[in-house]
Amino acid sequence: MLGKLDWSAIPTDQPIPLIAAGIVALGMLGVAAWITKRGWWTYLWKEWITSVDHKRIGVMYVLLALVMLVRGFVDALMMRSQQAIAVGANQGFLPPEHYNQIFSAHGTIMIFFVGMTFMVGLMNFVVPLQIGARDVAFPTLNSVSFWLTASGVLLLNLSLVIGEFARTGWLAYPPLSELAYSPGVGVDYYLWAIQIAGVGTLLSGINLTATILKMRTTGMGYMRMPIFCWTALTANLLIIAAFPILTATLAMLTLDRYLGFHFFTNDFGGNAMMYINLIWAWGHPEVYILILPAFGVFSEVISTFAGKPIFGYRSMAAAALAICVLSFMVWLHHFFTMGASADVNGFFGVMTMIIAVPTGVKVFNWLFTLYGGSVRFSVPMMWALGFMVTFIIGGMTGVLLALPPVDFVTHNSLFLVAHFHNVIIGGVIFGAYAGYNYWFPKAFGFTLHEGWGRATFWCWLVGFYLAFMPLYLLGLMGATRRMQHYAEAGWQPLMIVALCGALSICAGIGCTIVQLVVSIRSRAERRDLSGDPWDGRSLEWATPSPAPAFNFATPVQVNGLDAFWTAKRAGLPAPGWPEMPAPSVVEVPVRTGTGFFIAFFAVGFGFGMVWHIWWMAIASLLGILGVALAFAWRRDDEHDIDGDAVAAIYAVPAREAA
Amino acid sequence: MSAVLDEPMQTVERPIPRSQRGPAPTHVTTGYGMWLFLLSDIVMFAAFFAAFVVLRDHTAGGPAGRDLFHRHTVLIETGCLLFSSFSCALLGVGVEYRNKTVTYIAAAVTLALGAAFMVLELSEFTQMIADGAGPGRSAFLSGFFALVGLHGLHVACGMLWLVVMLAQVATLGFSPKVVRRLLCFNLFWHALDIVWVGVFTVVYLGAFA
Amino acid sequence: MKESVFTMAPDLVSGVLDPRGPVAADEYQLLQNATVVMLALIVPIIVLTLAFAWWFRAGNRRAKRRPDWSYSGALEVVNWMVPLMIILFLGGMGWVASHALDPAKPLPSAAPPLKIQVVSLDWKWLFIYPDGGVAAVNHLLVPAGRVLQLQLTSGTVMNSFFVPQLGSQIYTMAGMTTTLHLQADRPGTFPGRSVQFSGDGFSDMRFEVDAVTPAEYEAWLARTRAGGTHLDASAYAALSRPGTSDPRAYRLDEPRLFQHILAASMAPSSSSSH
Repeated sequence: MLGKLDWSAIPTDQPIPLIAAGIVALGMLGVAAWITKRGWWTYLWKEWITSVDHKRIGVMYVLLALVMLVRGFVDALMMRSQQAIAVGANQGFLPPEHYNQIFSAHGTIMIFFVGMTFMVGLMNFVVPLQIGARDVAFPTLNSVSFWLTASGVLLLNLSLVIGEFARTGWLAYPPLSELAYSPGVGVDYYLWAIQIAGVGTLLSGINLTATILKMRTTGMGYMRMPIFCWTALTANLLIIAAFPILTATLAMLTLDRYLGFHFFTNDFGGNAMMYINLIWAWGHPEVYILILPAFGVFSEVISTFAGKPIFGYRSMAAAALAICVLSFMVWLHHFFTMGASADVNGFFGVMTMIIAVPTGVKVFNWLFTLYGGSVRFSVPMMWALGFMVTFIIGGMTGVLLALPPVDFVTHNSLFLVAHFHNVIIGGVIFGAYAGYNYWFPKAFGFTLHEGWGRATFWCWLVGFYLAFMPLYLLGLMGATRRMQHYAEAGWQPLMIVALCGALSICAGIGCTIVQLVVSIRSRAERRDLSGDPWDGRSLEWATPSPAPAFNFATPVQVNGLDAFWTAKRAGLPAPGWPEMPAPSVVEVPVRTGTGFFIAFFAVGFGFGMVWHIWWMAIASLLGILGVALAFAWRRDDEHDIDGDAVAAIYAVPAREAA
Repeated sequence: MSAVLDEPMQTVERPIPRSQRGPAPTHVTTGYGMWLFLLSDIVMFAAFFAAFVVLRDHTAGGPAGRDLFHRHTVLIETGCLLFSSFSCALLGVGVEYRNKTVTYIAAAVTLALGAAFMVLELSEFTQMIADGAGPGRSAFLSGFFALVGLHGLHVACGMLWLVVMLAQVATLGFSPKVVRRLLCFNLFWHALDIVWVGVFTVVYLGAFA
Repeated sequence: MKESVFTMAPDLVSGVLDPRGPVAADEYQLLQNATVVMLALIVPIIVLTLAFAWWFRAGNRRAKRRPDWSYSGALEVVNWMVPLMIILFLGGMGWVASHALDPAKPLPSAAPPLKIQVVSLDWKWLFIYPDGGVAAVNHLLVPAGRVLQLQLTSGTVMNSFFVPQLGSQIYTMAGMTTTLHLQADRPGTFPGRSVQFSGDGFSDMRFEVDAVTPAEYEAWLARTRAGGTHLDASAYAALSRPGTSDPRAYRLDEPRLFQHILAASMAPSSSSSH
């Protein structure tokens, strides 16, 4: 009746997950109680949960990413603490069965549910505004994408208290991830959470690509759109081309585990090496999917806060395209040590080097954007400068790892761990924070508190270096990754330094939360009345803050790059800002619960599949079908916002106040 | 960056490049999105094709393709799908002319041919499994069942989609939304046929090479 | 009792930074050379980034602003060429080094290489000396100065054999054989471990490499062959069961044990799924 599920699935013998789950449950109950007390359920349902507005969806993505950042970081803190003490006879406080789930969950959460989610959120929020469009190409599909991501999050977190998570690392290499060596439900939770979220991501990739290619406003040719849109385009093209490989590969592993197939088993002719090839054929483009939007954020931030156009626009666009194409030609560098011939290793080593070239070009262009500018050290600019210094170091160690013989002695060591955290934290997380601080006023109508923003930055910057520079050294000293304990006493001091770094990052995350709370409380002092708090260049700043549901009241016509900047300097009205009085009637897409309900059933499907509760899985699939059919027969796709409401939006912020 | 100009150059002004002409009409954007989805689907199939080819010789002492496949059955399956693409094109014509009769008949033919394909394929699968050549027998058979089965699953979903679309035509008529969806279905069905040509060539013909 | 190499006094210069064989030495040299080249590129960029940001800060009246400067053909050339040149140089180095340090490539030597077969198990390492008639678990005793030709496989999931001070690691995979050539220049003891995560006992998959004089090596071989413990089918079955192991040595009953392990891991076993 309930498949494999019974009471033993709850880890009553392990205090840590139960305590964690208890805290989370209390937190969620607290939030729910607070919402009930304020009477906000209807508002939440109508304005957020069923919203198909790309801005709302973008905000929800970012919020989900921030929550999962905390979740994934708790894993990191546990790992650092364990490694700081588990030397010699000391086994630490996390037995292997638990530790192995923690590092697997940490990687899975950070890549899929923090990095991807944050970047997709930023792209969702910003791209339609920057191209002068009203929304993305497929607004309801956008909502479906978000909620499917949330389904993946829910499933992964359920594994904490009902069952277990994978103990295989975040990529679940076979044969370890096959049924023979991982008979529990952990790998199944991993597979279904990622597959469901992956569908959401793929649909999002299609959505944003179609949006950028087909919905740019009049006059905005390809060479007139902001660099963020170029990097968003290339990232979403990569999503379309790479995510299906992930879907296919995980499906093959699922078939092995559920139906006795032999894609990757040791016996009956299975080939585990093929999994590694396929998964990295997705995996390498994935890291570029993560970093390209971050590069775009930095292009926007650096040019805005230096008061100059981005240097070398065409090179920047060309470099993004080059990265997009080349990212499919380097995947073998993730397993130089698997025994390929020198020719093969050498080829991929050279290709990996070559992909460093367009990145280097971008760095130079950012440098020359600063040159001759008038640099303002806003919080986003601090993150950008921190990125330029930090990411380059990660790039250097990446080039070192791209030399196969160097990789032979550093692969899977803490040197490797330091490298990828260097580029992901220094690139993606710093970019996330920069974008978050930069576009927050556009989303909510007030800026974030600067002091706490700076505190966040410094805690993260110091924390990153303290946490990961020792790891480079440890890796060269022979320390490998994923160690639950080790015997080399000489490593412990460096592990302790790394723990201090993690604590500093913890403080940084704390500052992030404080910044948000303080900013909300004191928002009256930092209202963004003009819609353009940073003296921006691109179209999103030509709207009031918060941006209205319809983005632009009148269709926008642009005549060049940085059209808003040009209009400002020429004293012209902002593009898309209606002449007063504004008798315009605008159409916006109708909100719908389709995304939420599909995701609800997707959780049921995933949970049913994990625990072999077949009736639940089938019923959930039928539920999804039912929701889709209900949507298919929906009468109204758009509703009108009448002219008075439009005028009211533009009347409130006096433009003269800017 | 000036796009391709499909109008003759004016003597005084240059025509506006297509990239600067503003947002495309809804049906263009919708069709484009469907194309992007189909491309992603083809990438997914490509991964299964790659796995199949890598595992083709890993028969673990069991039967290989040439021992199992019936070429005449495959020929009939291929004929069913190819002709169903033709009937699907006729469906498109019926939609374009807003002619319900042509639409229904073409759809019925498409469904019938799709069903024939599915029956043949399912009977091939069940026969193989009954003969001990199921997906668990070897990596080669795993690759075969996954690739061909994935295509069959797409065909089944397509048929379900077509039935839903017929219901939409019956209840909502040829509204712009319904017409867009039928265009998407058309693209989907043709893409499935293209994938089948790949399957037919690599899997079935390749077994006898 | 000899102090385990793992608990000896802490030393920063260890592992990759303390090569004890020609492969490790070459790889360390390559790392150093590449690091110097890369530092020469990135240190100026970091300095310039901070310098530009500071000099062109909004409050600095002495800075000359160029608010519309966003293109320079000459700089474009530099932007693309500088990274390209460096990368081609390093790429060339990488290509050459990949061939020179190919794990499967034999190392130059007068004497024939010593063949050792390596099997990763859950969670221990089995070393088979097919010509010497002995086997050992978690202890790899080898003659210093002699080329070692390792043939590796796994009796379980993927692992990776790595002795940082001797050089390259290589994956071990069931049903497949990988090849690795290493050499210890002088006698010494070096830590080794698995570096591809393989399950709950992964952290304990450590072993010691003992490089000894050729005479000591021969003596150890003779002692072990004459010793009481045999690696027969039941002993191997015990090793195959999940768990860690203390170092021990056996007389090798079946010289083709490695081949049997290879074949067995491809055959259907009771532990596989259906």
